[in-house]
Amino acid sequence: MIELRGLGRDFLVGDQLVHALRDIDLSIRQGEYISIMGPSGSGKSTLLNVLGLLDRPDKGQYLLEGEDVTSLDDDEAARIRREKVGFVFQFFHLVPRLSAADNIALPMMLAGIDPVERRERVQRVLNSLALSDRGHHRPDQLSGGQRQRVAIARAVIMNPAVILADEPTGNLDTQSGQDVLRLLEQFNAEGKTLLVVTHDPDIGGRSRRHIRIVDGAIQSDRLQ
Amino acid sequence: MRASDLLAFALSALRGFRMRTLLMLLAMAIAVAAVVVLTALGEGARRYVIDQFSSLGTNLLIVLPGRSETTGGPPPLLGTTPRDLTLADALALNREPAVRRVAPVSLGNVEVSVGARSREATIIGTTTEFQQVRQIEMARGRFIQTPEPTRASAECVIGRKIYREMFGNRPGLGEWLRLADRRCRLVGVLASEAHSLGMAMDEIVVVPVAFALTLFDSESLFRVLVEVRSREQIAAAREAVIHMIRVRHDGEDDVTVIAQDSVLSTFDRILRTLTYAVAGIAAISLVVAGVLVMNVMLIAVTQRTAEVGLLKALGSSPTLITRLFVTEAILLAGLGATIGLAAGYLAVAVLRGLYPQIPFAVPLWAALASVMVALATGVFFGLLPARRAARLDPVVALARR
Ligand SMILES: Nc1ncnc2c1ncn2[C@@H]1O[C@H](COP(=O)(O)OP(=O)(O)O)[C@@H](O)[C@H]1O
Ligand SMILES: [Mg+2]
Repeated sequence: MIELRGLGRDFLVGDQLVHALRDIDLSIRQGEYISIMGPSGSGKSTLLNVLGLLDRPDKGQYLLEGEDVTSLDDDEAARIRREKVGFVFQFFHLVPRLSAADNIALPMMLAGIDPVERRERVQRVLNSLALSDRGHHRPDQLSGGQRQRVAIARAVIMNPAVILADEPTGNLDTQSGQDVLRLLEQFNAEGKTLLVVTHDPDIGGRSRRHIRIVDGAIQSDRLQ
Repeated sequence: MRASDLLAFALSALRGFRMRTLLMLLAMAIAVAAVVVLTALGEGARRYVIDQFSSLGTNLLIVLPGRSETTGGPPPLLGTTPRDLTLADALALNREPAVRRVAPVSLGNVEVSVGARSREATIIGTTTEFQQVRQIEMARGRFIQTPEPTRASAECVIGRKIYREMFGNRPGLGEWLRLADRRCRLVGVLASEAHSLGMAMDEIVVVPVAFALTLFDSESLFRVLVEVRSREQIAAAREAVIHMIRVRHDGEDDVTVIAQDSVLSTFDRILRTLTYAVAGIAAISLVVAGVLVMNVMLIAVTQRTAEVGLLKALGSSPTLITRLFVTEAILLAGLGATIGLAAGYLAVAVLRGLYPQIPFAVPLWAALASVMVALATGVFFGLLPARRAARLDPVVALARR
């Protein structure tokens, strides 16, 4: 479902050109579970951002579900993010003034989905995450693990084809990290493609396919 | 995104940053209230002056000696008088069918005294008709009677203040007053009707016109007040008056005739212009409020960088981000304007309670315009911060917090 061909992304830092991604070729099938590891600054986040259409490559080609999405305009890229991609971040990125339920409903609100349907879908996902009594709590009233579970609920509420998680356990204790990962894997089991960037070998070891990035290039890509 | 959701989300953002929201609401509200109150003051002044003029009697023509070169303008301050405007001229105007009443007026200053008490006072010489034409009320006694205007009957009516100064607490009706070297019997006291056309009614002495002319040793009237039967006849009556005087003055056009109406409309125009000017000045505060809104929104965008990045990651287009922030700005302006309107109207109501004699009123155009300008300012000054938010790079916005 995902095809990257000769993908490159450069940044100008000061007067120096940094190759964050160089010549990436990658093929991902629907429903795969992939962990991406590598040293800090090696380009893992940049890869996820390009895959999620938050960032545009400078070189190469990107096909998503057969469609060339390499150089879509802002509005079209936004539509694809809305419909096909779910992001999970290290720092959760919940809107602090909104309740957990409203945070989860945010993508549906932006998509213009009917409020009644929104409420039903949020309630369903809260139940399945064992957070039904936390719906009206604001983020600062939730634990880290609970916050990340709310963020995951938000990422999947639009039923995306791909979940992109950038160090989702980086800010959590081991136990909450395990819970969060199990939740992500549960959605992967339902057929969603899952990419997890992580530093933690224990977490990286849980996936079937491992990609290691060093200095902007894929160093290894193994199945186990 | 649905309009109702757009509104709800903007509201939640405004509620989320309470201090900033209150400050901007305050700025907008003060600006709108300023427009409302200042225009209400202007409008109050206009209505007050118009009322004062109208109370002089409607359908009034004023005949002044001396020719005015301009037509329709205000009377000449220093008109040269080639020929006197006489009592006979004034009385002749009674023959014109469109004329209901004629009140000749002569004016002078003389010393008034009763026993040892004396002072300078303005003397108005006129006829009984003056009372109706100027709608004068009496505090006690009656107005002067002049069944034969050319006879100098020795009676007079005085203002309250002079009455107090001359008689103290002692009753004065029927007593004699000395005016320069003549005497007149006091028959009435004028009701204290503050001011009428700049003249303090409290401090005048009214005597029959023939008496005044002998007192001043003059033939010449100060002016003649002519009350026309109906509003429609004013123009015709004016022509008739000019014609009659011309015939009596050997074909010379040596008087000026002003219609009360034209004086009224001149004042009306001046005071309206003044109200517009004041409204314009107040509107500047609206623009200042707009600039404040812009600055605070810019800070808001910086503080909410991560939120903007998130909204983009969740699938908001730049257009939608722009709309979110502009909605916030409009909401702020709208709410601020509403509060300002309420505060302004309240202040005007308080003013009306404090000064009941002045008819303060908020002109509808001012209320509408201030709200429109507030909203327009909201959109205009909200656009720049909104654009900045829409252009934020989501990767950078989400990177760290
Ligand atoms: N927006 C950016 N501007 C400039 N340089 C960037 C930007 N994003 C990433 N980089 C650079 O690109 C390289 C890869 O970054 P990143 O993908 O965040 O690495 P990782 O997630 O593997 O730690 C780094 O050298 C980083 O400094
Ligand atoms: Mg990273």
